[in-house]
Amino acid sequence: MYVRRLELHDFRSYAEAAVDFDPGSSVLIGPNGHGKTNLVEAIGYVATLGSHRVATEAPLVRYGASRAIIRCAIVHDGRELLVELEITPGKANRARIGRAPATRARDVLGALRLVLFAPEDLALVRGDPAERRKYLDDLLVQRQPRFAGVRADYERVLKQRNALLRTSYLARKVASRSRRPAEPVDAPDLSTLDVWDLHLAAYGADLVAARLELCAALGTHLAKAYDAVSAGRGEARLAYEAKSWATPDEAGRLAELDRSEIEQRLRAALAEARPSEVERGMTLVGPHRDDLMLTLGELPAKGYASHGESWSFALALRLASYELLRSEGIEPVLVLDDVFAELDTGRRERLAELVAGASQVLVTCAVPQDVPDALRGARYTVGDGVVSRVA
Amino acid sequence: MYEGAIQDLIDELGRLPGIGPKSAQRLAFHVLQADTADVTRLATALTRVKELVRFCSVCFNVAESERCRICRDPRRTDETICVVEEPKDVVAIEKTGEFRGRYHVLGGAINPLEGVGPDSLRIRELMARLSAGEVKELILATDPNTEGEATATYIALLVKPMGLAVTRLASGLPVGGDLEYADEVTLGRAFEGRRAV
Repeated sequence: MYVRRLELHDFRSYAEAAVDFDPGSSVLIGPNGHGKTNLVEAIGYVATLGSHRVATEAPLVRYGASRAIIRCAIVHDGRELLVELEITPGKANRARIGRAPATRARDVLGALRLVLFAPEDLALVRGDPAERRKYLDDLLVQRQPRFAGVRADYERVLKQRNALLRTSYLARKVASRSRRPAEPVDAPDLSTLDVWDLHLAAYGADLVAARLELCAALGTHLAKAYDAVSAGRGEARLAYEAKSWATPDEAGRLAELDRSEIEQRLRAALAEARPSEVERGMTLVGPHRDDLMLTLGELPAKGYASHGESWSFALALRLASYELLRSEGIEPVLVLDDVFAELDTGRRERLAELVAGASQVLVTCAVPQDVPDALRGARYTVGDGVVSRVA
Repeated sequence: MYEGAIQDLIDELGRLPGIGPKSAQRLAFHVLQADTADVTRLATALTRVKELVRFCSVCFNVAESERCRICRDPRRTDETICVVEEPKDVVAIEKTGEFRGRYHVLGGAINPLEGVGPDSLRIRELMARLSAGEVKELILATDPNTEGEATATYIALLVKPMGLAVTRLASGLPVGGDLEYADEVTLGRAFEGRRAV
């Protein structure tokens, strides 16, 4: 799979841009702040319907414009597919695949499989659990686009449930402030909470079962990738953590639970947490509070790993996604956004060697000398919003 | 900005659902150019709808008398009630000609984000209808989205102790469509709900 052409219209700093790519490696060179990352961000958006830099759509649209358009020609098994996305902040994105009329943006998922390496990846190791959940869920969707729906359903139920808990929490606060001491507080209406519990547990179980299966599949790829990037300096492992709903003795054998057992556990945990959830006015149980425990040797990576080790771990997580997708017959496009500047020479060379065999590698960098020889391919310069091929 | 009456009309039209400022302007100028008779007819229709139409005292569908056309129809059975969110859902189901029972219009779905709880819906009235004891089957035909599913589950849990049959409309593939074009969620639901032939 490779991206043959990218066209942008009012996307980030670009009023208008078009770039043609070849399979193999392409290096985009330009000073900082001239729009290299904007190009690969657009390609990433086509693959995941999200940006690796920001959580909202507004910054993606050029200042002063009302909408941005990304057009991307993707070649897969010798056949070309044209994907067009129209991003309007605050509204649903519009999408077109091939010549077919507009469809839901979600249907675009799966047209382009992509693994993106970026300086932000360091947060996978050092950042909040949310970063690691996003890593798992994004990969889940890349593997099986159906999970975009499961994820959206879960988030919708969670939002509704939180809204219910929140209103009752606020109602109770107001009531307790205005009442005279002798008066009892009216019980706020939580009669629908049971219903939301059932639905939260059902969608949550779908999500957790898929994440557990993914973790099991990633394990060996991760260990191998870390071994290769760090030149044999330690053993990297990952384990799914579900402190909000699994009992401590279940923690070690989460992978053995099947979907219906997970649903049962979630329901039981929700019932148990009910008083404190009502007390605090929010949902405290569920996969939205789970985490991915990363360990290096015997120690957790977060807090214990050095800067270099953390970097190697982050790279290994991305490499593991790449190897996993490849082992399942999907040949993803790789994007290395400004990562070489962050690495020492040894890691640079080893990373380049590991990814050089990919069907397409897109590299951005400010200093061309940072890019190892293994990835010397087509070269483009990016300056002031103009992209031109130089070699 | 226009002056006086025309701007008032544009503003009023712009408050309607699905009408943006541009459409409001186009409609307003259409009205301005139309025959006086046509405009009067539209104005009368608008005022009459508020004067004459009210909600059926039994099923809360729109009606022009105390009970709606469907609740008054003696040929329909009282043994099944189909629960829907909006009056327009009644029209959709009536078009099929498949259903010969009565309806119950909830007036929405449970949606905490918009402050809609069971008390703002006609659920208490539904329970009153069911406790009369004539109903044998309750069909839950709320929308197949997060809020509609939650409403269906809520009613199903409430009704369960009454011992009548509760069914949910099947969700699945559109007739006349292609399997390959169905989205994964719909196709997955259709698999779950498959039946022997």
